[in-house]
Amino acid sequence: MSPRRPHPGDEIDGFTLGRALHQGGMASIFEATHPDHAIPLLMKLPHLEGGDPAHIVSFEMEQMILPRLSGPHVPRFVAAAGFERQPYLAMERILGPSLLLRLRELPLAVEEVASIGARVAVALSELHRQRVSHLDVKPANILFRDSPSGGKGAAEAVLVDFGLSHHGRLPDLIEEEFRIPYGTAPYMAPEQAMGQRNEPRSDLFALGVLLYQFATGALPFGDPQHLSAVRKRLWRDAIPPRRLRPDLPPWLQEVILRCLEVDPARRHPTAAQLAFDLNHPEAVRLTARAERRRRDGWLKVLERRVNQDRAPRQGRPAATAHAAPVIVVAVDLREQTAPLAEALRASVGNLLRTLPGARVACVNVLLDRYLAGDPLQDNRGRSTHVQRLVELRHWAAPLGLEEGRITFHVLGGSGAAAPLLEYAEANGVDHIVMGARANSMLRTMLGSVSGEVAARAPCSVTVVRAREALP
Amino acid sequence: MIAILSDIHANREALSACLAHADGAGATRLVFLGDIIGYGADPAWCLRTVMDRIAHGAVAILGNHDQALFARSARMNGRAAAAMEWTRAQLSPDAGDFLRTLPLEHAEEDRLFVHADASDPAAWRYVTGPLEARRSFEGTPARVTICGHVHVPRLFGLTAAEKCTGFTPTPGMPVPLSRPRRWLAVVGAVGQPRDGNPAAGYALLDPDTSEMRWMRVPYDVEAAAGKIRRAGLPESLATRLFAGA
Repeated sequence: MSPRRPHPGDEIDGFTLGRALHQGGMASIFEATHPDHAIPLLMKLPHLEGGDPAHIVSFEMEQMILPRLSGPHVPRFVAAAGFERQPYLAMERILGPSLLLRLRELPLAVEEVASIGARVAVALSELHRQRVSHLDVKPANILFRDSPSGGKGAAEAVLVDFGLSHHGRLPDLIEEEFRIPYGTAPYMAPEQAMGQRNEPRSDLFALGVLLYQFATGALPFGDPQHLSAVRKRLWRDAIPPRRLRPDLPPWLQEVILRCLEVDPARRHPTAAQLAFDLNHPEAVRLTARAERRRRDGWLKVLERRVNQDRAPRQGRPAATAHAAPVIVVAVDLREQTAPLAEALRASVGNLLRTLPGARVACVNVLLDRYLAGDPLQDNRGRSTHVQRLVELRHWAAPLGLEEGRITFHVLGGSGAAAPLLEYAEANGVDHIVMGARANSMLRTMLGSVSGEVAARAPCSVTVVRAREALP
Repeated sequence: MIAILSDIHANREALSACLAHADGAGATRLVFLGDIIGYGADPAWCLRTVMDRIAHGAVAILGNHDQALFARSARMNGRAAAAMEWTRAQLSPDAGDFLRTLPLEHAEEDRLFVHADASDPAAWRYVTGPLEARRSFEGTPARVTICGHVHVPRLFGLTAAEKCTGFTPTPGMPVPLSRPRRWLAVVGAVGQPRDGNPAAGYALLDPDTSEMRWMRVPYDVEAAAGKIRRAGLPESLATRLFAGA
């Protein structure tokens, strides 16, 4: 092990160090180049001197987790070396800016807060699907790609620094080594402050803090310097953000305060469902949270403080994407026969009975030719779009789902499959349920929509067909 | 890739399934961690198979049941003792001669292979929790110790701060046994799993990356249990295979 700290120009395993990006107390981060790798690179080198083992363990943890992650929402792992020699971690360098740069501009416009929040939630959802909880979500650890990897839409969020993360299927070195919770005080979830490290919804709390901060310019729980002060958030609720920013829409306060719930079970069940809310403000079910104008009274706070039952308990988190999926049911209002509509509802109903955390997005594709050919307004003055929404609600009524578990969406497009696929991609959909087109002549002419969706969807697809009587 | 097979316990069906799986997974070396015999109904076949693999470069170490064949052990429970009496009657004297030659432990590079607690291999102590793991860590300089005997897959890590904690591996998930940390890996049992999963267990270790995978292989439990019953061995030795208990 070299006692000398690395410098620009140093060569390590074929990597040439460039400009220093960060020289912290725990590690140095350099730009790097390597003849075999064309992408921009960075190299993280932990400092070996110094007594604090925490940063060594964080480095080990990141070295363990990063190679096992994939997708556009994490930097791509390139290479690593252990502690036999100079340890390092080489990875893709994300060229876009970190959210840290935006702190000067707070508060941001509502649309931008929602857009940032939705993209971070999508990134968290992808991370949680890979069984990793980040546990240090904060502006400095969120970057945005210069251009979206798909080529359209807004730039994707990238999560960096997995030094405090927890992988559900790997030994947790942080938990082994330290009995005090590690994280960043303003953003840390209450259960994390109590030492729990296996709860993905801790990341939703941290994102809630970030949304609060970006919407109001203030931190909901301040910046406490001691753990005892961090734990105060177990009983002391935040000032409702609309009090600090009266023009904040009720739906966004609803979403933020739901993220900040002390009990993880009262937050959104998954990051995908949070992303869904942030992408569909009109579909957010408003509760008392949305209208709250002041913090809870001292009596309620005292009650929480003395009532230990309300403290989060250690245990296996129940909600996973498997238990709380986003299900899309594609309803074809024009060609669907009554038996097929019935079969489709029955299929969705069966899924919902076994998955109490699931939410359903009921979608219909309004083909552009209807928009172009027919006048947008029909004789009675109602837009085709609204008419479709009404019909979707009518279709779903027999399911008997309460408000908040089901939402209705009319998508536009020139074909039926593409809008559905885009919707599934953008909203972290876990399962698409759709009917098979019954008319074989139409199917021959137009091709099978369900076939195309099933072949290209990023998730499970159930194609429902009504059982026909034998001739 | 090294395949590590422990606690075969004369279960031919489980051993065949694991060997086929390990061959398919690209294992180029085999280490048998002891207890080839005892409990199950195919001691002769299992011994012959292990001996054949040793002739092709495999390593085998001694387990307490193997030892009981040639040195009567006072510490065996009723079922195990009854099964050992039956086993002894099935095997020729050569079997004892072979088992006598097996070492109590085998070290290579920074790894130690041993059947039970490494601090005193001949005492056959179980490594069931962090306390026992710590005793084992303290008894060997090896960075990575790999043992069996418990029939339940576990991984213990000893940190720089001398803390010892346990982890239950997920089947098939590679776990890096990274430096400078010390690790004690308990591989599950091939022939008599006791963690509630009846599938045969063995482990794969990649010495280049120091990554270990705990594998589970379904096998014909029906057939193995049927042979135990027909041999007149204690019924519970057959039923426990179905439950992995």
